[in-house]
Formats: sequence, structure tokens, C-alpha cells
Amino acid sequence: MATQSKTAQIKTADTQTTTIALRRPGQDSTRNAIILGIGLLIALAAPYVLYPVFVMKVLCFALFACAFNLLIGFAGLLSFGHAAFFGGAAYITAHSAKVWGLGPEVSILLGMGFSALLGLAFGALAIRRQGIYFAMITLALSQMVFFMALQLKFTGGEDGIQAVPRGHLFGVIDLNNSLSMYYFVLAVFLVGFAVVWRAVHSPFGQVLKAIRENEPRAVSLGYRTERYKLLAFVLSASLAGLAGGTKALVFQLASLTDVTWQMSGEVVLMTLLGGMGTLLGPVVGAAIVVTLESYLAATSMPVPVVIGAIFVVCVLVFRRGIVGELQARFGRR
Amino acid sequence: MFDLLGVPPQVLFGQLLLGLINGSFYALLSLGLAVIFGMLNVINFAHGALYMIGAFVAWLLLTKLGLGYWWALGLSPLIVGLLGVVLEKTMLSRLYKLDHLYGLLLTFGLALIMEGAFRHFYGVSGQPYPIPDALKGGQNLGFMFLPNYRGWVVVASLIVCFGTWFAIERTRLGAYLRAATENPVLVQAFGINVPVMITATYGFGVALAGLAGVLAAPIYQVSPLMGTNLIIVVFAVVVIGGMGSILGAIVTGLGLGLLEGLTKVFYPEASNIVVFVVMAIVLLIKPAGLFGRER
Repeated sequence: MATQSKTAQIKTADTQTTTIALRRPGQDSTRNAIILGIGLLIALAAPYVLYPVFVMKVLCFALFACAFNLLIGFAGLLSFGHAAFFGGAAYITAHSAKVWGLGPEVSILLGMGFSALLGLAFGALAIRRQGIYFAMITLALSQMVFFMALQLKFTGGEDGIQAVPRGHLFGVIDLNNSLSMYYFVLAVFLVGFAVVWRAVHSPFGQVLKAIRENEPRAVSLGYRTERYKLLAFVLSASLAGLAGGTKALVFQLASLTDVTWQMSGEVVLMTLLGGMGTLLGPVVGAAIVVTLESYLAATSMPVPVVIGAIFVVCVLVFRRGIVGELQARFGRR
Repeated sequence: MFDLLGVPPQVLFGQLLLGLINGSFYALLSLGLAVIFGMLNVINFAHGALYMIGAFVAWLLLTKLGLGYWWALGLSPLIVGLLGVVLEKTMLSRLYKLDHLYGLLLTFGLALIMEGAFRHFYGVSGQPYPIPDALKGGQNLGFMFLPNYRGWVVVASLIVCFGTWFAIERTRLGAYLRAATENPVLVQAFGINVPVMITATYGFGVALAGLAGVLAAPIYQVSPLMGTNLIIVVFAVVVIGGMGSILGAIVTGLGLGLLEGLTKVFYPEASNIVVFVVMAIVLLIKPAGLFGRER
């Protein structure tokens, strides 16, 4: 153990910050703009081709995975308890919309606020330990949220909160129309994605990467790494809450499934499969996992076995993930 | 009948006994986790699933081959241990040069596969496992009734725990193990086959989980989900105790089991979360854990 006293930090596909800086900026941003433009076009046209609720589910999970990736990919912190923020916000949003009769935007913001506070509490506890312990602590804390959701009155126990009204956005736009709901969800996703993009490409994001690569050195440079980690954790939890609250409105349901440790594991898989530390990886991963699950649900194949097998294969031979692998092959060398 | 703090003594001691039994399982499992972590630097997420497989092997031996409890007590840990050796040789050993978190992710995937497969074939409902004839019945201790089997579980797990402690802290093999935990390269330079030791350690750690599964089979029903929730509590136990010491793992496991039992008597609503609350408090006061060393 003594030989490995260096704190455990995950190395990801995006470790080549120096090489990126050396590339001509124009070339890089043009290519990114093209990829983003194509993605946006697909997203805008999707509800006319695919079942809108399905695409909305993909978008919610993509945002969830992006939020998670902010921690693992850019700060090197593996949280195994993100379901607590996702599912917790879903409960709060559902409760505000159904029982208090608040509008969708206020309900989602309340859910997000709840996740931010929860993230502050969990983050403050979890960053006291590092590496593997961090993962175990977040897992245990989120299991506490699970048991509370099981026992508290307002969450409805095994039934969850059902028949949540979608309501009217800003009191005007009727979200029961599936196209309006879709473009609202798309807007929420884009805002969340932009926040992640901005955070990663800011001085704050650079410090996070420095912490991921070598925390003692970041400390020696005078950064209060604890604060950076905590802020990243709260940001990630809030965005996970944004995804969870939106999901509660899409499915008009908040249930125990959203707070289980399996959900935490699923978001880890999405990010791992798509590529940790890449911006688009979690989106790709979420799309694949959601598609696969809805396909498997129609067959008699046991879903956990397939999910577990993908996990094992990813860890053993495919650690860069899909987008990470593509970047390594074609892009940044 | 006299009451203790407003609670009938049968209820109080009954729950304390149940807490002690849960605590024995926590101790056995966290001991295995600690031994594995010390040597491999891997947190074995599959530990709960292997505990479940231990119980299932016992059940299968009984129903398919007609081999009873005492056979299972020997064979089941052996089979689980061999499974562990195979997993270590084929998969885990490829990850040692990488970040430790990949070990956690790999074993998480393995746990999903094992539990999903058993769930697919045996459903979620539990299978009953009979108490062996020799341990049926119970003793009336005056203040409570002690079923023989439950007493046996506590005694057996204490013996195994302290046996492990003795083997690691007091024998020559244990000395090699501790040395290899501190500095594997140097120990290898002295001519000890460290890779084999690592494999054996993993096999031994998961065999402890298999043994806990056999012990648990007659008390809880044998079900594919029996390990899932348990392992998360055991993780919290490990965070509370810190993984620095073997005795620490044993003491923390038993203590938290008792605490859980007490909570069930006085404030049942909180019994599920009390271990996690204790973990939060310990993290605030002593982040390295009660018996841990900050590294």
C-alpha cells in the first residue's frame, strides 16, 4: 500500500491538455461547431422520427450523465450515489407540482435547489476521504436517502408519486402537448450541457483537472482543493437534480427506482461507455444504454446481466469509451 | 415481568441477539473486504453477491445432491473461494497497474451479473433452508430464549474472525502477508511469490463471504437479493472502522450490529439508517475511521 500512497485519481481520455493548447484554436472550434450543429439538428428533428417520450428520456439521462461526468471525468471523483440527487429532485418536483400546484419551471427549480443542498451536505462529508472511500461514502449516503424515500409519507413508499401534472410553462405553454414538452426538455438539456461546457472550459475547470492529475501538487500551488472539489460536487448534484426533476415531469412519476443504487450504477456505466472526461461521451453513452434497456425490456434477457457484462468489458478492454476512443483515433494526437 | 427502560426484556434481548447476529455477518464480510483491500487495493463490490452465492451453493448442495449443512459449511466456502481465484486470475489481475477505482467498477459489474443471473433462474422469492438437526431447539436463559442455531452462528463467526486475526498477526504466513501489504516489490525480491499470495488472499477473502452465506442460510431465506443491501451497510461499516486493522473490522462490525438492534427496539423507524448516520458522524469527527490510519 505504501508504494501507492498517491491519491487515487482516475486518468481519462482527456489527459492531454497540453497538446490541445498547442493546436491551432480555429481548427478545433470549427470542428466542434460542426459536430454541435449536426447534433442540434438531430435533436430538433428527433421527435418527428422517434417516439418523443423516448427521446426525452434519453435527454434526461444524458444530462444526468453529463452532470456525473463533471465529477469523474474532470475532477477524478467517483460518486456512487448520484441517484440520491436525481431521484431526490424527482420527488421534490413531483410533490411541488402535484400537491402544491406550482408551475413546472418553479417545481423543477425547487427540486434542483433540494439537490444542491443535499449535494452540499454529502459533498462536505465525502471529500473528507479520497479515492475508493469517496465512492463508498457517497454510496452509503445515497442508500440513506433511499431508505428515507421508502419510509417518509410524502414519497408514497412503493407507489411513488404518480399522475404528476405537467402544467403550463410560465403559465402559457401547455406541456401536455408532447412536442412542447419535448422542446422544453431539449432546452433544459442544452442549458445544462452549456453549464457543463462552460465549467470545464473555465479557470475553475482547469483547476479541477489539475486536482485530478495531481492533487498534492495543486495544493502546493496554493489551491484550496477541498473547496474546488466541493463546488464541483454541488454543481454536479444540482445538474443531476435538474435532470431528475425534468424526468419526473416527462414521465409524470417519481418512484423508488430513481433513488436506488442501481440507478447510480447506471449513470456510471453511461459515462464509462461513452467516454469519461469527454463532453459528448455521456450523451452517447446515455443514448446507447437507454436504447438497449428499452430493447431488452421486450425480450426475456435479464437486463442486469447484460448491463453488468458491458461494465466488465468496458473496464477490461474499453476504458476510454466510445467518444474517447474516437478522439484518440481521429482527433487529438 | 419486569421492564427494562419501558421495554420487555424478551424484546430487548431478542433484538440485541438479532443485532449480534447481524453484527457477526458485518464482521465476517468487512474482515474479508479489509484483507482483500490490504493486499489488492481493490474494494470488492462483488462481496455481497459472493455471500449470496455461498448461501445458494449450500442450498443447491442440499436440494440437488442431498449434502447437508455440515458438508456445505466446508464445501461452499471452498467453491466460492475457487470462483474468486478464477475471477482474480482472469480479470482483476489485469487492473492492478491502473487506478484502484477500476477494480471497484469491475467488481460492481461482476456483482450485477451474478445477482442478475441468479434472479433470472431462481426468482426473487427466498428459498427456505432447514436448520441442521444437531442445532435445533434452544436454551431458556431465564431472561430470554436462545435458539441454539443463533448461538452457534455468533460463536462460529467469532471463532473464524479471531482465527483470521491470529493467522495474520501471529503466524509466519501472516507476516509475509503483512509485509507484502506494505511493500510487495521488496517481499518479492526476498523470493516470495507475491502474485500467488495476492490470488490466494482474494480467494480467502471471498471464501469468508461464502462462509457467512452458509451461516446465514438457515436464518434468512436464501434469495438472490440477500447480499445487495447488506454489502452497502458493510461498506459503511468499513468506512466507520477504517481498513487499517483486522481487530478494528471485527469490533466495528459487532458493535454496529448491536447498535442497529438497539435502534430497532427504541426507534424502529431509524433502524435502517442508523449505521449511515454513525458513518456521517464518524466522518465529521475522525475522518480516517475509528481504527484507521490517515494515508
